[in-house]
Formats: sequence, structure tokens, C-alpha cells
Amino acid sequence: MFAFFIRRLVTVLPTLVFVSMLIFGLQQLLPGDPAQILAGEDQNPELIAQLREKMHLDKPLPVQYGHWMGGVLQGDLGESARTGQPVLELILQKLPVTVQLAFMSMLIALLISIPAGIVSAVKRGSVWDHSATVFGLAGLSMPNFWLGILMILFFSVELGWLPASGYVSPFENLGANLAAMIMPAIVLGTGIAAVLMRHTRSSMLQVLATDYVRTARAKGLRERVVVGKHALRNALTPVITLAALELGTLLSGAVLTEQVFTIPGFGKLIIDAVFNRDYAVVQGVVLVTATAYILLNLLADMAYFVFNPRLRH
Amino acid sequence: MKPRTRALAGAVLLSLIPLVGQAQTLRIGLAEDPDMLDPTMARTFVGRIVFSALCDKLIDVDEKLNYVPQLATSYQWSADGKALTMKLRSDVTFHDGEKFDAAAVKFNIERHKTMQGSNRSGELRPVTSVDVIDPTTVRLNLSAPFTPLLASLADRAGMMVSPKAAQNSTNFASAPVCSGPFKFVERVAQDRIVFEKYAGYWNKAAIHFDRVVYTPIPDATVRLANLRSGQLDFIERVASSDIAKLATEPRFKVSKITEIGYQGITINLGKSDKAQANPLGRDNRVREAFELSLDRQGIVQVVMDGEAVAGNQWVPPSSSFYTKSNPVPQRDIAKAKALLKEAGVPNPSFTLMTPTTSDAQKIAQVVQAMAKEAGFDVKIQSTEFATSLNLADKGDFDAYVLAWSGRADPDGNVYSFLACKQPLNYSGYCKPEVDALLNEARSKQTVADRLKAYEQVNKFAQNDNPILYLYHRNWLWAYNAKLTGVREVPDGLPRLAGLKLN
Repeated sequence: MFAFFIRRLVTVLPTLVFVSMLIFGLQQLLPGDPAQILAGEDQNPELIAQLREKMHLDKPLPVQYGHWMGGVLQGDLGESARTGQPVLELILQKLPVTVQLAFMSMLIALLISIPAGIVSAVKRGSVWDHSATVFGLAGLSMPNFWLGILMILFFSVELGWLPASGYVSPFENLGANLAAMIMPAIVLGTGIAAVLMRHTRSSMLQVLATDYVRTARAKGLRERVVVGKHALRNALTPVITLAALELGTLLSGAVLTEQVFTIPGFGKLIIDAVFNRDYAVVQGVVLVTATAYILLNLLADMAYFVFNPRLRH
Repeated sequence: MKPRTRALAGAVLLSLIPLVGQAQTLRIGLAEDPDMLDPTMARTFVGRIVFSALCDKLIDVDEKLNYVPQLATSYQWSADGKALTMKLRSDVTFHDGEKFDAAAVKFNIERHKTMQGSNRSGELRPVTSVDVIDPTTVRLNLSAPFTPLLASLADRAGMMVSPKAAQNSTNFASAPVCSGPFKFVERVAQDRIVFEKYAGYWNKAAIHFDRVVYTPIPDATVRLANLRSGQLDFIERVASSDIAKLATEPRFKVSKITEIGYQGITINLGKSDKAQANPLGRDNRVREAFELSLDRQGIVQVVMDGEAVAGNQWVPPSSSFYTKSNPVPQRDIAKAKALLKEAGVPNPSFTLMTPTTSDAQKIAQVVQAMAKEAGFDVKIQSTEFATSLNLADKGDFDAYVLAWSGRADPDGNVYSFLACKQPLNYSGYCKPEVDALLNEARSKQTVADRLKAYEQVNKFAQNDNPILYLYHRNWLWAYNAKLTGVREVPDGLPRLAGLKLN
């Protein structure tokens, strides 16, 4: 297991370098000129030339990449061309928000999906199974922004129970923080719960049909132990992979949900940066989220070992 | 949910909400997140909204676009129009306690002109030097008479920052120091900008809030939901489709102010070779037919739910610079068809490039349908804004749906668009006679003299149609009905002096 872990860790670095080149290159393919966007409505040509020089846009691509990479290696991700703030500061401002939202959403998703998936697999064809399927379909097909706006209209405008938007730091006021985050977390969580629930169900059905489960039942073990201990651990492997991928996606920012609830996370940051051709911000955020994604996948691989002892050998 | 459970759940959730909305805080919802909070570097409309609380200007404009005193109490042009002398208030201090005087004005004008990346250098190009005559008198010397300078001084070029703070700060925009009614407290990008009342403000009797918090909420529905749920007191750029319903709700008030900018279609006449390849760019009869095929009133109804004023010039019909002899033309399909027949192209086809904003898209669709009746085949090319700007600059388009936020002086709405080789002249229009007239309008001081020149420019524009002006939007604001003292200035920027929550 240790050797495996080291092998995986070694591949992380080249992957990150490749990702950084990819994002740098892809961005150059975007039509439109950052200097033009920064020059504002008036499009003063002297200013555009000045800005090109300042942002090294007049240099060849490899030189531009070198400039950026040189900074990154020294911990300087550059500064936002739009607001003048250092990119690292922007990322550090948004990271806790995004992480909190991602974990709250995932928690909600897991709390719904795992029990629902198990029940619908064990009681296949029952009312429970059908209701879970209906819930799953609804969760999958309901657009996040729409559900978000409906929730705002109901809980904030009609009932006045929850704030419609406005993020508060948990260190400032935990209650207000949870009140602001619960609706976006539910919107994101239910969407993911639907996917995870379907996977838990099918994976569980497969496992329940295997010989070792039959053996366990033949031994006279109680159904709870058969399902909860013997079947579930095996069935969870694909679900863990999927959950890690979903968590990675959540960590890269939930653009529409953040937009609707005005949650200042990565999604809003990156979408604004792309539209404003704020290259330094896009590159910085993608680098951070790519790192998170890769590390989460690594953690998921390690979780297999915990849940599935056969892999340890 | 049973009533009791519901009430209990409500109570639990309510207890989670902090005690917000102390009466002294004004909470404003913005449609976008502003850019740099440095008047020299700033470039967005939304940034100007925030500056109106933070940075006072030398002069301001009122509801009728007259120039009124702010940091300068009066101004005087020299007889040759090449020097502008301003008398300054003597009781003004910056938020860091430094005194505002003529030397500070000189510092600021020079900073605007010379700082790397300054967005103001173009506006102040005619200013060659600044003389400090005495602590409350300053003179701006110009290379040539340039009346529109006043409009710039009533905007960001007239905003004064503390010279000491600007010299000592490496990143001024992250903690700006000005002399407006509110001083900077904090900014969290895309989340909030917080200001608090400046105790040393020269006009503090007019300020009735202790704090002002700006929250950018891009989605108009969500912005309105925040106003309705009581989390905001004031929102700008309400969706036109929400206005009718809002007007029936006594809890809120709505302001509608016709903008000083316009929404129009720029036609490529000579920006690139592409212009000559298309009958629309080649033949002014085809452009006239295109204009006659459009019903501007209909466009205003469909695109803006009636919340705009149909127009055909770079200023709205209510402006004193509007050429009255050239009113908004009526739709005339028969005449349009006749013109196309005369031009030998009964079914001209062209591509209409449009940014992806919903207004621009709607315009393109309505224009496509209307022009079709006269025989035009309009193809819509939806293009993300940054890309469309790049294509327009290269002349890689036939026609382009483009909005202009407008300037207080008409020069700002027309010079860069119609004078030869100017940066916003995407049409590629170039006539020495028009340049001469535009320059004349810049150098004259009275409205009557300037209007004479603009009327002649209008004749050219009407004949050549480089830009089809369609309408002037209404700035739509909605706010708590208890808020009084709202001033409706056509530049679309809410002024905080005099605002009060009763």
C-alpha cells in the first residue's frame, strides 16, 4: 500500500505541470484581448498598448508562461488585472467558502443517498424503491438555479425564515453562516444525492447477488449484519470514487448556485475572471482546484484500502 | 407541515439570523462587482455608483445635466477657451485628515494623466499643465479649447484622492482614500464593499447613514428577492419585466430615469474590406431601407417592456443637444422595399453580431423579424462580449448591436464614434467635414453654438447611417418606500447626500 501511495504521489507533479500548461495554452485560444477589456468603454489605444506591455502580452507565449511559472514557484500567483488584488489573496478569501459549501453539500448528499440507496436495493420493487427512484429523477432533472430561486422565493421572500443571500463568516457568526449556507448546500446536495443514490442502489444489488453474501446468509447471520457489514463495504467502492469526483467538482466552484445565492466562492470568481479575460485569476484558481481534484482522487484510492481489505495485498 | 411545527421551525431558523438592518445602515444591491476602487484606474459603470459615496468630484451634474458645485465652488473659462480656472472649497479634508487644496488638485490631475494604466489619460489629453494660483484657486491650461472637459471633471477625472495616501500606497485600490461622505472599510471581492460615514465630511448634515454596504448580485430576480425579503434597501437595474408588478406594491418605490447613453446598431462602412463586400456597408440606400424597416417603438415594447425612449440620435430626444429637425422616423416598409429595388438588391443578406446579454439578443431577434418584412435576410451571430469587441475592432463584422453608457457631454457620445480613426469608430466612418464640425462643437461654449455644429453632423449621420440609434434605456431603481431624498440624475448614479430612511 505504501509503495502504491508513493507511486501515485510521484505522478502528481507532472500532472500538475501538464495542467498548468494546458490551462495556459487553452486560455490563449480564447478570442478577445485582455488589454481591450481592461481599457474600459473608451478603448484608448495608448492605454491598450501600455496594458499589453504591463501584462507581458507583447511577449512570446513561452516567455509569458515562464513569467507566470516563475512567480508560482515563489508563491506569487500574480494579481487580478480587474481589481488589482493579489490572486493568492482572492483564492484564500474564497477557499474557505467553497470548501464549506462543498463539504456541507456532500454531507447532505451522503446522508440522503447512502440510506436511500441501500433501502431501495434491499427492498427492490417496493414503494420505498419507487419513491427513491422518483426522488432521484427529480433531483437529477431539476436545474440548480431554478430550485435555488424557488427556495429563495419560498423561504426568504414568502416566509422570511432565511436570508436570500449574503455570506457571513462562521467565525463571525456561526448561526448566520449556517442560515446563509443551508439553502445552497441543499440545492447542490440533493442534485448529487440523486446520482450517488442510483449508484449505491445498483452497486448494492450486484453485491447482494454474489456468492459470499449467500454464504453469509446461509451461516445464519442476521440480515442487518449481512447488508450493513458484508455487502455494504464492498458496494461502496464505486460510490467512493464517484463521491470524490463530485466533491472535486464542488471544490472547483458551483457557478450557478453561487450566482443565485451570491455565495462568494470559486465559481463566481472564475466565471467573472473568464469573462473579463483576467488570466492570472483563471490560472490561479484552476491550478488550486486541479491540485484539490488530484489529491481527492488520491484520497479516494486510499479509501478503497480501508473499505476493501482484499486490495491491501 | 403542521402550523405549530412550522412556527417552531421558523423560530429556530430566525434565531440563526443575526440582527441585521440597524436603521443607520444603507444596503444597496448592485448588478455587478465593481473593478478597481481607484478613480484613475476605474472603468466600469458600476464602479461609478460606488464612487459616488466614496470620492467627491470637482463638479457634479444635477437632474437636468447642469454642472453644479461639489469640491469646486465655481469655474470660469478664459476668453480664448484655453484655460479653466476653478475656485475650491476651503473646508474639505480627505479621509486620512489631509487637507484638500489646489496643490491636491494639481497632484490628482497629473496622476490621472501620467500614471501607468490610467483610464483617465485620454479624457484629460487636452490639459497641458495645472497651475496652483493660491490654496483655493487652480487653473487648468489646455492645448486647445475643449468644453467637454467639464463632463470629465464631473466624473472620475474630477475625483480627488489624498495625495499622501496615493504616494505612500503600493496598492491604492485596495484601500482608497478620498474626500466623499463615506470612507472605505473593507472589500471582499464579489461579496461586499463596506463604507462608514466620514465624520469630517464638509457636507455631513446631508448624510443620514452611518454605514453603506454594497452587495453585488448579478441575477436581477435574486436582487429583487433580496429587496423583497428586506435584506436590501435599494437595488439598481431592476429587470424591466418586474416593474409593472413592483409598481403595485406599496412597500416599494420605483425610479425611472432615461439614460444619457443609447442602444444602437453599428454598421461596418469602412473599418475593413468586409464593408465593401456587403450591400449594407456599400450602399447608403440599403442602410436607409434597413432603418425604415424598423419600428423603434415596437422594439422598445418587446425588448424593454416599454421602459425606454425611442431615439434616432446619440442623445435622447429630451436633450438640449437633440436635433429637432430630425425626429425619430416612422416605419415604412413600402419605401424600404422601393429603396432596395432601386439599389438593385431586393433581398440583401448580412450578419448581425450581438453580445450575449439578454437585451442585445432580444434586439437582434426583433430586428431580424422586422427587417425580414422589407426583404432583408438578417443572420444573428451571438458572440460573448470580449470576443465581439475584438471582432469589432478588427472590422470583422457587418453590423454590431452595441450599447453606450453615455457621457454628460454629447461629445462623449459622438466624437470617438464618428470622427476619423477614433478608437470607438467601429463603423470605419470618416469624413473630413464631419471631423471639422465635431471639433468645432468641442471648442464652442454655448449650447446654441454647439447645437448648430451638431445639427450639421446629424445631417451627415442621417444620410450615411454609420450607426442606427434605436433607443435610450430607463435606469430602473427599486427601493424601500421609506427611503426619501432619492435624486434621479440621468447618469444613473444614486447620490447618497440627502437620502434618509424614515
